[in-house]
This record gives sequence, structure tokens and C-alpha cells, in this order.
Amino acid sequence: MRLLRPGDYAVLLLGALLTALLFARALDGAGGDSLLIRAGGRVFLRTTLTADQTIRVPGPLGVSLVEIRGGRARVAQDPGPLQICVHQGWLSRVGQVALCLPNQVSIEVKGTGSKGYDSLAY
Amino acid sequence: MTRSPIEPLVLPVTAEDRRIAHLALLALGLTLLDAAIPSPLPGVKPGFANIVVLLALLRYGWRVAAWVSLVRVLAGSLLLGTFLAPGFWLALSGALSSLAVLAVVRKLPQRWFGPVSLSVPAALAHIAGQLALAGAWLLPGAGVLGLAPVFALAALAGGTVNGLVVAHLVAHPAAGAQSAHEPA
Repeated sequence: MRLLRPGDYAVLLLGALLTALLFARALDGAGGDSLLIRAGGRVFLRTTLTADQTIRVPGPLGVSLVEIRGGRARVAQDPGPLQICVHQGWLSRVGQVALCLPNQVSIEVKGTGSKGYDSLAY
Repeated sequence: MTRSPIEPLVLPVTAEDRRIAHLALLALGLTLLDAAIPSPLPGVKPGFANIVVLLALLRYGWRVAAWVSLVRVLAGSLLLGTFLAPGFWLALSGALSSLAVLAVVRKLPQRWFGPVSLSVPAALAHIAGQLALAGAWLLPGAGVLGLAPVFALAALAGGTVNGLVVAHLVAHPAAGAQSAHEPA
């Protein structure tokens, strides 16, 4: 009897695929663990992504609603005309940003491990 | 001398009990070997004891395999001094998840699927169970799941090696190994 039967190769392939998927997911940018909310150019709030909550951020046009749920964050509601930051949807990776320019509100995902850079120096 | 009014308690020992005890002892030895091997990352281990669990599964069925696996976890934790410590719960959670998966994958047709098809899913289930427990209870929010790919790779390698060993032992039951499986 051979040590490996045809089905075994299929199982091994599936296992390798699963492992590769896990690696791909891990390399696909680090997941953020905190959220930085700015309003009117100032830091409005720095909070964790682990606690589900909805935050009301006041701006010149009205109140933007920032929602944190399941380790992700989004702008759920914004009084701006184009709704660009709302349409961006959920953010979870370090460095992802949603800007609600008319209402001067922005959210940015931060992580503990600094990922990449935000400026270059020679 | 006054006779005790209580009948002496006699627990009958069946052949299966002896079989489980023998196999669990074998698995226990391999558990100690596992623990003695230095590991770069806590939790990444070859899992040699599962060779015995798989042999028990193939020869005597799932019930015996489950007994062997759980007795091994319990006795191993007593010998290593980790009983009721986090390591014990991790081992238990891993053992239970891999037993659950084994109950399913053993239904695969044996003509096409050999021992490797048992050991690889069981190894992956083992680390999945451990990571789930570690992530949910022991180290919540510590990014344990970020290590999942490394553990999965280790499980894939360990599961393949152990499966091949089992396949070899099933194909060539050596005289020495035989005596351990069939206690007099």
C-alpha cells in the first residue's frame, strides 16, 4: 500500500492553500487597533477599535457620526454634500483614512506597529 | 474481625481499558518527547503523540482514540506540571477540536484517503482550537491571530510527517510496535 493515496494530495493541497491564504491575509497590511478622529484640524478623539461605539463629531456643517464595530471604523453619517467619506465604508488597516472635508472631520486607523512611512527624508 | 458492611468496590477492567491505558502510555511518552524538543515559538510542536491517537483511531475506532487523547492531555499535564495552567487548557482545547474533526474526516473513503488525510485536518483543527481559546480567553486583543499563518504552516508540516509515519506503521506493522498495540 502506498503511503499517500490520491485523496491525500487533495487534502495536502487544501491545507497548503489555507495556509497560503492565512499568510496572504497577514501580509495584506497590519490591522489597526486604534482610531484617530480629527475635527477642525485638531485631534478630537483617539480611541480603540476594540470597543464598539458610535461617536458624534461636531463640525461646521453639523454632526458627523463615526461608528466603530468589530475592529473596524467608518463614517456612518455626514452632513457634507458629496458623502465621499461615508461611501468609503469600513476602515480596518493601519493608515487608512476617510476625510469629510466639508465638515472638517477625518478618521484615521492607527496601529501599534508603525507600518510604512508618512514622509521621506534624504 | 468485623467484616465491613460495605461490599468492596471492584471496578472490572475490560480489555479495552487495558488497551486504552497502553496506548495512552505510549502517547504520554511521545508527549514528553514533544515537550523536550526546543521550539522557536511556544505552541509550535511536532505533536508526535498524535501518531498514537491516529493509530488508535484506525485500529480501534474513534472512542478509543478520544480516550487515549484525553488521558494523554490530562496525564501529560500532571507530569509536566501544567495541570489547570494555561498550557493545559490550550492542549485540551486543541485535542477536543482535533477529535471533533477526526470524527468527520474518518468517514472519508479509505480507498482514496490515507492517514495523511486524517492527520493534516486534525493538526489544523488542533491549532485552530488553541488559537480560538488563546484569542478569546487567554490573551484577548494581543493579536494572537496574527500568528495563525505560522501555526498553520507548522501544523501542515507536523500533520504531514505524522500522517506519513502512521501510514508507514499501518503498511508495515513492525514486530516491535506490534507488541505494544496488542498487550498480552
